[in-house]
Amino acid sequence: MKQYETVIGLEVHVELATKTKIFCSCSTEFGGEPNSHTCPVCTGMPGSLPVLNKKVVEYAAAVGLATNCKITKNCKFDRKNYFYPDNPQNYQISQLYYPICRNGGIEIETEDGSKKTIGIHEIHMEEDAGKLIHDEWGDNSLVDFNRSGVPLIEIVSEPDMRSADEVISYLDKLRLIIQYLGASDCKLQEGSMRADVNLSVREVGSQEFGTRTEMKNLNSFKAIARAIEAEKERQIDIIESGGKVVQETRRWDDNKEYSYAMRSKEDAQDYRYFPEPDLVPVIISDEWLEEIKAAQPEFRDEKLERYKQEYKIPEYDAQIITGDKHLADLFEATTAICNNPKKVSNWLMVETMRLMKEHGIEPAGLKFSPENLAKLIDLAESKQINSQIAKEVFEKIFNEDIDPEKYVEENGLKTVSDDGALREVVKKVIEANPQPVEDYHNGKKKAMGFLVGQIMKEMQGKADPALANKLLKELL
Amino acid sequence: MSLTNLTAIELGKKIQNKEVSALEAVQAALDSIDSKEEKINSFVTVDKEGAINSAKKVQKLIDTGELKSPVAGVPVAIKDNMCTKDMLTTCSSRILGNFIPMYTAEAIINLEKAGAVILGKTNMDEFAMGSTTETSYYGPTKNPWNINHVPGGSSGGSCAAVAAEECSFALGSDTGGSIRQPCSFCGVTGIKPTYGTVSRYGLIAYGSSLDQIGPIAKDVTDCATVLEIIASYDHKDSTSVKRDKLDFTSALVDDVKGMKIGLPRDYFGEGLDSEVKEAVFNAAKELEKKGAVIEEFDLSLVDYAIPAYYIIACAEASSNLARFDGVKYGYRTSEYNGLHNMYKKSRSEGFGTEVKRRIMLGSFVLSSGYYDAYYIKALKTKALIKGAFDRAFAKYDVILGPAAPTTAPELGKSLSDPLKMYLGDIYTISANLSGLPGITVPCGIDSKGLPIGLQLLGDCFKEKNIIRAAYAFEQTREYKHSPLS
Repeated sequence: MKQYETVIGLEVHVELATKTKIFCSCSTEFGGEPNSHTCPVCTGMPGSLPVLNKKVVEYAAAVGLATNCKITKNCKFDRKNYFYPDNPQNYQISQLYYPICRNGGIEIETEDGSKKTIGIHEIHMEEDAGKLIHDEWGDNSLVDFNRSGVPLIEIVSEPDMRSADEVISYLDKLRLIIQYLGASDCKLQEGSMRADVNLSVREVGSQEFGTRTEMKNLNSFKAIARAIEAEKERQIDIIESGGKVVQETRRWDDNKEYSYAMRSKEDAQDYRYFPEPDLVPVIISDEWLEEIKAAQPEFRDEKLERYKQEYKIPEYDAQIITGDKHLADLFEATTAICNNPKKVSNWLMVETMRLMKEHGIEPAGLKFSPENLAKLIDLAESKQINSQIAKEVFEKIFNEDIDPEKYVEENGLKTVSDDGALREVVKKVIEANPQPVEDYHNGKKKAMGFLVGQIMKEMQGKADPALANKLLKELL
Repeated sequence: MSLTNLTAIELGKKIQNKEVSALEAVQAALDSIDSKEEKINSFVTVDKEGAINSAKKVQKLIDTGELKSPVAGVPVAIKDNMCTKDMLTTCSSRILGNFIPMYTAEAIINLEKAGAVILGKTNMDEFAMGSTTETSYYGPTKNPWNINHVPGGSSGGSCAAVAAEECSFALGSDTGGSIRQPCSFCGVTGIKPTYGTVSRYGLIAYGSSLDQIGPIAKDVTDCATVLEIIASYDHKDSTSVKRDKLDFTSALVDDVKGMKIGLPRDYFGEGLDSEVKEAVFNAAKELEKKGAVIEEFDLSLVDYAIPAYYIIACAEASSNLARFDGVKYGYRTSEYNGLHNMYKKSRSEGFGTEVKRRIMLGSFVLSSGYYDAYYIKALKTKALIKGAFDRAFAKYDVILGPAAPTTAPELGKSLSDPLKMYLGDIYTISANLSGLPGITVPCGIDSKGLPIGLQLLGDCFKEKNIIRAAYAFEQTREYKHSPLS
């Protein structure tokens, strides 16, 4: 069999985190009664006119700058004409001729650890459509325009990727950049980030591209990886059996791990793009661009380095924490209060991760405040509570964001380091357990652990373990 | 002399002086409508109850001294392509036959704030596509000077209503001459302002880059006053322009001494009716007598304006009218089989012939493979035409010419030959392609007894030049009331 190479380019749609829609002042908030976040503009009422939301331009330009694109200083909007009921004007306002960003690229790490640049052909701004709800039993379809006019950017890559692994790497990098900018939360499952995969195969060594297909409906990184593998195999099978790949759009069904053709190039629509006459060109002045540049945050790669240098956090931990903007923010805010980066990192890496997994929540869903985690770390470090109690208190913080100082006080959880009180308990335990005491005297060191455990039990966990050990040895 | 014979400003003064109440003024207009509508059909909707109620409200505000505007209590008619909250807005189309907007157009809000009383909505060519008001789904409007003739279009209903004195003034819209040409045919005055002067928010779009709302009235004073009221910077319209001063009435002075007026030879050539030509030349002579400097010149590129205009306007229209699909509002066919068939039947039945022709033309010039050859070329032509006007306005304050090649044609003679109808727009469309302001004032009556209009064009944002020239000319001539007034 011949050796094949997979050529992949991506079209990534990202929903921007603006408070209002791209061409009107309706809220972009999720949920709400159908058609409650609507007005004459986003429902395509006759005579209504679009007015561009400046924040959309700022986010789009910021993503462009962060992905090394050239910013089009005089960019324009175009109309893409097609009929569909979720699109109230029967045209979408998008950008074809003068998109806001062009010719960029980001560096990814490939499987073998080497670096590779994935080119970005363009980034353009556009509006989202509404949502159709089909009545399964009746004859009706209903339309909800709450999402109509929600701002999107489409990031079109060059066909520079060669494997599913590179695709995931690129998407992850893109996601982090955009999350760090605060331009979007980039959730594939919820649709705030959507990727369409353009894929073709060719013989290794060939300079020409094969015929490509476009794959839609990919809702997770796993689905993307599976779809790429399946499509690659499908195309190779066609070529090997002497057929020709047809240029078409396909829809992936992740449950069946199979894709089916939606439409071929022959019945591709003619969108009759032309410049949107209701909007004026967007002039991005040098000053404005400088402002956007100045507002750029520290991105992941820089942060990772700084964590290692400044905070002396191990590489692995720093990778995990900077791998999500929310975690990184939480880490830095907590460290700023308690000034103990190592401990903060430990709490995030161990207990936080454990509870997140247990409760099935994402870093974005974390509700506790850095203040309370910092207080807890102080309590533990000053030995006012022991580590077992600290874990219990943290679970309370994780779930309810309680103030640990108050909580420890109110529930009497402070470590007992009063010599007299502890001494009495130790005596009691020695008297009540003659066998382990004998074992200890006979050289069985394990008996010591049992006795300490009994002391802790008696003290409801509040004993200072070091002191308990000391007293026990003394009294034995 | 009845109340309806007065100009809007004369009537407004009487209302402010308490000689006449707003209700009397509105009732007089409603009576006039009652007696003439059967003959001329200028209105699609007359809102008697609403008009009487708002006249009463306005009167109270006048009485308390809160409303001092020159149009407070004055009855106005609105072209039926401007949205009016809770009032039918049809664009004279079947497809919007049941459409009641949820909001009011910005220009109308400005009028309402000034206390003008809306009588109803006037007939027009369907979606403003036409030059005769014959493409209306609700039947043609007749010319008040001779009901066997058309009033022009597309703002034919508004112009006829003013000429027949069914209202004191009206709003029209002008995409290719739709205010100036019917004003010429109906013997009334109208201004198409510089693009961006009056907000388009709430104006149902035909050609977005060309559409402008403007006033139609008996004289220049009325038009300048109304324009001052409806013009505003509107953040809801991205093409709205922030202008320093909107003091158009300050140009109402009878003084054109030293004003340089250019007569483009291209506007007086083949195709121009000799009586129209003579009347327009005579108007130029009157201005010359008052001290204006008149000079003939070659504008050039005039022949290219019509194809460029029809490509751009139809391209934009094909997309603007896509939203009328039977899904959300408006007409939906009664029986259909699936979504595509519903679209197809609703639109086939809902739109008239001329609208469908322009949607097809526009869709064609935008389709892949033709876009560069037609649409892009038209945009380049548009830029060249603007350049020709820039050169002209470097030399002249005002360009003077006819508003239309002929006076009003007979009913039923135009639609059979659309190309000929399109050619009738030759003197007006360049102003839309270049964004220029233009005004039409009556300048004569031809041997058939039909009015002739004079058109004055100014450079962008120089409305005051054309208002001053039009006002000075107007002083040389009595206003002629139409036989139906």
